[in-house]
Amino acid sequence: MAKRAAPEVNAGSMADIAFLLLIFFLVTTTIETDSGLNRKLPPMEDQVDPPIIREKNIFTVLVSKNDQLLVEEELVDIADLRSLAISFLDNGGGVGDEACDYCQGERDETSSDNPDKAIISLKNDRETSYKVYIAVQNELVAAYNDLRNREFVRLYPNLGINFVEAQKQYDDPRTSADTSEDLKPKLDQVKSMYPQKLSEAESNKLN
Amino acid sequence: MSKFKKKKGGNLPAISTASLPDIVFMLLFFFMVATVMRDSTLMVVNKLPAADQIQKLDKKDRVMYIYAGKPSSRYQDKYGTSARIQLNDKFASVDEVGAFILAERASKRQELQNVLTTALKVDSDTKMGLIQDIKQELRKVQALKINYTTRVGDYTQNLN
Repeated sequence: MAKRAAPEVNAGSMADIAFLLLIFFLVTTTIETDSGLNRKLPPMEDQVDPPIIREKNIFTVLVSKNDQLLVEEELVDIADLRSLAISFLDNGGGVGDEACDYCQGERDETSSDNPDKAIISLKNDRETSYKVYIAVQNELVAAYNDLRNREFVRLYPNLGINFVEAQKQYDDPRTSADTSEDLKPKLDQVKSMYPQKLSEAESNKLN
Repeated sequence: MSKFKKKKGGNLPAISTASLPDIVFMLLFFFMVATVMRDSTLMVVNKLPAADQIQKLDKKDRVMYIYAGKPSSRYQDKYGTSARIQLNDKFASVDEVGAFILAERASKRQELQNVLTTALKVDSDTKMGLIQDIKQELRKVQALKINYTTRVGDYTQNLN
């Protein structure tokens, strides 16, 4: 008696099934990396004696409850904020020890002494909307980035990149250790030339 | 005698596709492992504001997420339309934020506990009062590194 072989299961459609699953996963999953504005909050402990800061070294930005922008007590359009912030930070009006040799501003005596002293104070109302607040933050960060880009390109022209690109390269985990090592002091130097001094006061009820 | 004697044809044998499923399965497993599904379902409207001076938020294991915004339409009957905070899968009040951060921090590896970032995913139409309260809570638990998560775009998109 002939031994009957078990019929082979047709595996031809297996590939189709697997493809279907594959396409499902390809479509439904998103490899998304979030991005946003990094900020650092001030620590909680209140300072015993707040340092005395001269009025001319503070650049006040206030966003009202109606989302209007008051810069140094004047109503301005948000499109002008970046250039106003740059001219404040880059003013370099100080003399002697406080002079700023790399600043290209107007050296106005009534504006900031040097970028290290210059502080941007951002205030908002509880009724301010988040999107406007982010727009303002974005423009202030942009002002710092513009200045840092300028200095980075001036100091290291042979790298062929600006500060933001260099920072991105430094943050990228794929960048080799040598390159990161090389970039770090350069980035730190430019950061110390224009340190980000952005103070966010606790919002108070503004009538 | 056998009925099933194979014919010895002269034509080329067909290329075997038996290993095709294996290859596809390999790809499938790769994608299943490599992709991260969003672990919490959004219960709030979450249209992020736009910004262009942004930095990437790499390394998902170092990030804690806080969502805020108006409850989405199917929760509005129950929770109303004023902006709420969402932590993990449920709505929370402001004073639960601190406990949430501490719990999240404790669940991370020791060496990561000092480098954690809190990502604030807040809807663009939220009022700053709520965010101010969250920030105050974060300061209380020393979670000082924050990230206002935005989408990529020009700031003028926020102004209408």
